[in-house]
Order: sequence, then C-alpha cells, then structure tokens
Amino acid sequence: VPAPIGTKLVTARFGDEAARTVAGYQKTGGYKALEKALAMTPAAILDEVKASNLRGRGGAGFATGVKWGFVPKDAREVHLVCNCDESEPGTCKDRELVYWDPHLLIEGMVIAAYALKAVHNYIYIRGEMMREYVVLQKAVDEAYAKGYLGKDILGKAGFECHLTVHRGAGAYICGEETALLNSLEGLRGQPRLKPPFPAIKGLFNNPTIVNNVETLMNVPCIVDKGGAWFNELGMGRSGGTRILCVSGHVEKPGVFELPMGITFRQLIDDVCGGVWKGRKVKAVIPGGVSMPPLDADELDVPCEFDALQTDERIKPVMVGPDRLFDLGGGRQLRTMAGSGGVVVLDDQTDIPKAVWRIMKFFAHESCGQCTPCREGTGWLEKVARRVAEGRGKPGDLDLMASISHGIAGNTICALGDAAAWPMLGFLTKFRADFEAAIKSSGPANKEQAA
Amino acid sequence: MFRNISMSLEFSADAQNKIAALCERYPTKQPVVLAALHLAQKEHGHLSDDALKLVARTLDLPYAHVYGVATFYTMFRREPGGKNTIRMCTNISCMLRGGYEVLEAFEKKLGLRRGQSNSEFSLVEEECIAACANAPCAVVGTKYFLDLAPGDVDKVVEELKSNPRPEGEVV
Repeated sequence: VPAPIGTKLVTARFGDEAARTVAGYQKTGGYKALEKALAMTPAAILDEVKASNLRGRGGAGFATGVKWGFVPKDAREVHLVCNCDESEPGTCKDRELVYWDPHLLIEGMVIAAYALKAVHNYIYIRGEMMREYVVLQKAVDEAYAKGYLGKDILGKAGFECHLTVHRGAGAYICGEETALLNSLEGLRGQPRLKPPFPAIKGLFNNPTIVNNVETLMNVPCIVDKGGAWFNELGMGRSGGTRILCVSGHVEKPGVFELPMGITFRQLIDDVCGGVWKGRKVKAVIPGGVSMPPLDADELDVPCEFDALQTDERIKPVMVGPDRLFDLGGGRQLRTMAGSGGVVVLDDQTDIPKAVWRIMKFFAHESCGQCTPCREGTGWLEKVARRVAEGRGKPGDLDLMASISHGIAGNTICALGDAAAWPMLGFLTKFRADFEAAIKSSGPANKEQAA
Repeated sequence: MFRNISMSLEFSADAQNKIAALCERYPTKQPVVLAALHLAQKEHGHLSDDALKLVARTLDLPYAHVYGVATFYTMFRREPGGKNTIRMCTNISCMLRGGYEVLEAFEKKLGLRRGQSNSEFSLVEEECIAACANAPCAVVGTKYFLDLAPGDVDKVVEELKSNPRPEGEVV
C-alpha cells in the first residue's frame, strides 16, 4: 500500500529537542533497529536493502542496495562515507535531518557499516553548516560514550565502527562524490575520472560507499520493518517516502516528507497552500537547479524518480527548435527527481533573470578542471546576464544552446551537465520569454552590448 | 623588500591537541589539512602566508599543497576579515523572495559592498545555504537568520554587535 500523506519514516522526530540525546532518541524507539541488525548477517541486511528499492536521495536516484553490492567481496578495507555537503540550490532537507535527528543518521550508518564491513567511516559535512556540525559532533561523541560507536558495539564481539565528522570549507563541487573523497583526503575538491567507481576504488584507494544523509536515515526502518514493507510504501521501483523541499513562490514553503507518488500539482496546492499572492505557476524546478524545469502543463506528473525521467507528459529537452537533446544512445532528457529541491516560479517571474542567477551559480562553482565546464559556464553566465539585463543580441539564444550542448557530456563530472541541462530546458519551454527580453532590448542597451 | 623575513606563527596548545587527535582518525596527516586551516584561521584571523606555512609544517605537507587547498575553498580567507561573517544567500530561492534587496540593505547598513570587510563584519554574497524554505536567509556562524526582509537588517546587525557569532567558535 502506498504511504498515505503524513507517513513519517525519517522526519518523525522533527521538533523533538530531546531526540538529540541518546536517551531521548531511545525513548522514541532509537537504536532498536541496530540491535536487530546485529542479530542478522551482513548479507541478510544487504538483501533487505535491495528488496526495499531504496534509491539515493542525493540526486542520481541510484539503487542503494545495488551500489552496496558493488563492493568486492574480498576487500581488505571498506569505508562508508555520508555525503552531508548539501548545497544544491533549492535543497534544504539534510540540514534539517541532521539538526533534528542526528542519532538516526548515526544508527543508519552503523547498520550500513555492519552490512558493508566498513570500520573507518566518515560524515562529510558542509563547512557552512556550523550549527549542524556542533549538533552532529556532540551526538557522535555521546554515541561513542554510550557504546554505539567504537569497539564491540552492543556487546557484539569483533564489531568495530568508527565515525569521524569531517568539515568542508565551502565548495559546491564537494557534493560530487569523487570530489568529496578528494576533499576528505585533504586535496582540492576536484572530481575524479570514473571508472574506477568509488565502490571499487574510493577513499584512500579502498572500496568506498558514498550515500546521502536521507538515504542512510532510511536504513534503520528498512531493517526494522523489512525491505518488502518499505518497497510497498513507495511507487514503481522507488521504495519509501520522499522528502521534498519546497521554496519560491508558494504560500507555505517547507520541508515535507511525502508519498513517492504525489504530483507537483498536489504538492503545490494541497501541501503548500498554492502559489502565493493568488498567482499561477509559470515553472517548477523539480529537484534542485541542476534539473530541467517543468512548465504549467506538466504538473500532474508524480515526484517519483522514474516518472520524472520517462513520463511522456513531460516534454523532452531540445537543443534547438527542431532538434532533440540526446542523452546518449538516442535517449531523451525530460527531467530528474534530483535532490528533492522543488522551486516554484510564479507567472510574473522574470525567467531570463532567474536563469542568469542559476548560471552565475554554476560559473562560480565550476572547479576549473575541465575546459568545457570552466569556460562554458562562464560564457553562459555572461550571455544570460546580457539577455536578462536587456542587452541581448539576436542569436544569443542559439549561442546559449550551442554552449550548453558543447558542455553536456564532455566533462569529468556532472556539474557541466547540471549547468547545461536547465539552460536547455528553460530555452525549450520558455523560449518566448527570452525572445521577448531580446526584442525589448533598447537601442541604448544594444549600443552598450556592441 | 622584506619578503623573505617572515614571522613564525604557532598553534595554541588547544589547537595542537585537536590536530593531534584528528591525525589519529585518518591513515595519514594530509586529510587533516582542512581542519588545520580552519584552526589557523580561527587563531590568526586569516590565512596569511605564514599561517599556511604553519599548517604545512604541522602536517608535514609541502607549502604549495596547503596553498592550493586554502585557495580552493571559499570559507578560507587570505586577508583579514570581520568578527562576524554575514553569509547572505542570493541564489534562486532567495532571489525569488527578495534576497538581493536584503543584501543591498546590508550593504547600506554596514557601509560595505558585498565581498568587503571591516573589523566587525564581513559581508559575503553566499551561494545556497540550504535553508531555502525560509528564504531569503543568511547564516552567521551557528546562527541562521530566516525569512528576512530589508527592514530586518538593522535588528540583525545590532544583535550581532552585542552577540557576535564568529565562525571560529565552532572549530
């Protein structure tokens, strides 16, 4: 049975100040799943996670159990790393999760570490999350003191799990898992070429699993209630609930744990009190600014991972008026569920200006390693800016599409795609807004541009 | 002219203990570089060449490596800054609800442009700080200022003057 609205698997302790202590956490059932897990074999836990159809909540939506299964059986040392570098614009869930329920993350990680036979494990927390770092470090210290971390956990001889909280220092790119590993190793946060994937060769050259905060926080309830139960709560090949962070032009923005199958229309109208000021939807960014937008005709699609990639009600992204964008092998790009950051833009939004701000972000955050991304994101910002400021030139739309097409698929990591995809998506669905901006560029503005 | 004459900086005993404890958590000392840079910035205000040398010496790393790391991450500053660093987000969710207007109000109130500092404040135009549901927002050390409007700026600045939130307090 799909989860009804109000089902809380990972946000149940929001608002409970006491849950940050071991005692308070235990009072609401905390660390019970760990007891159960330690009575199971690691392989049995992996089977439950596979059966749960838990998918990565950080952006890509990759099946967590499959990822865990990639770790070579004969690995000498394995690491589990929690990605708490949340910085995708529009996304504000991991910060809340860590702040309200740090022990759920710790419990999820200890169970995952047991299943993966990982001893030395890390939480990479974004540098700017100073309040959350303090909360998390305190929880880790208490978990050590109470025997939930360290050696012979809960009396299980030989089971050892260490957790170190590692602070970043300001770099969006460190949310990319291989950049994160480099940053953890004390290097500049530049992504690594894949393969080898981290599950084969990651932190300190050992097999490493990198999972998002929300992903790991779902592990205790999967162990507690079973993978099949978790899977049934979801939709299609996506188990469980989903946290959606809604921001922008709605009456009641917020962080909500919701059923997988909820549509964007339900989300905006029923959960968030509708578009603000009685206005209408112009566009919705469905999963952080890296993802192509939806327009007002595409809001009846569910927020589920596969639906956003394949539902034919979502128009595919184009490179030009008559040319589809090819994701490779003729696959079309519609959009993706991404990080759960839903940004609503009302019908009075200046689309070229919003797109410029998104491009400014990517130009700022490109690590500089790959030429198409380093140069291309800067060019996109420059052209988008002049269009937004009324200095656009005829041909600028084709120029932005051409630059985006030159970046997409041609870089080591997905940051290049993350800039190119929304640009192409906005150009596909809101072309008239850009054309109007260029048309209305005044003569004085044109002179300045020349 | 005096470029080769440099003051030798040191870490406090507390910072030395923290770094030594952290070195136990990793197979080598190199992963501790971010933490050591945070500590150096806390104790010496900014990451001068001498502060970078201190980190390099402490962790047995080449100076060039430490320099490369320190200049990659935006939280590290090579110049002196204010006691409070106001990180005001202007990214999409904040922009849609007036983030730029709040940033401009901070500029006017503090007499600083974005990116500038005086002894009391640094004003930073920050990328998304993951508090989008309460946009526009700013973060100063461990304190978030949520649902801001330009009219809130006076109150925020006065609060920070009487109760500073230096980022170093969490290191």
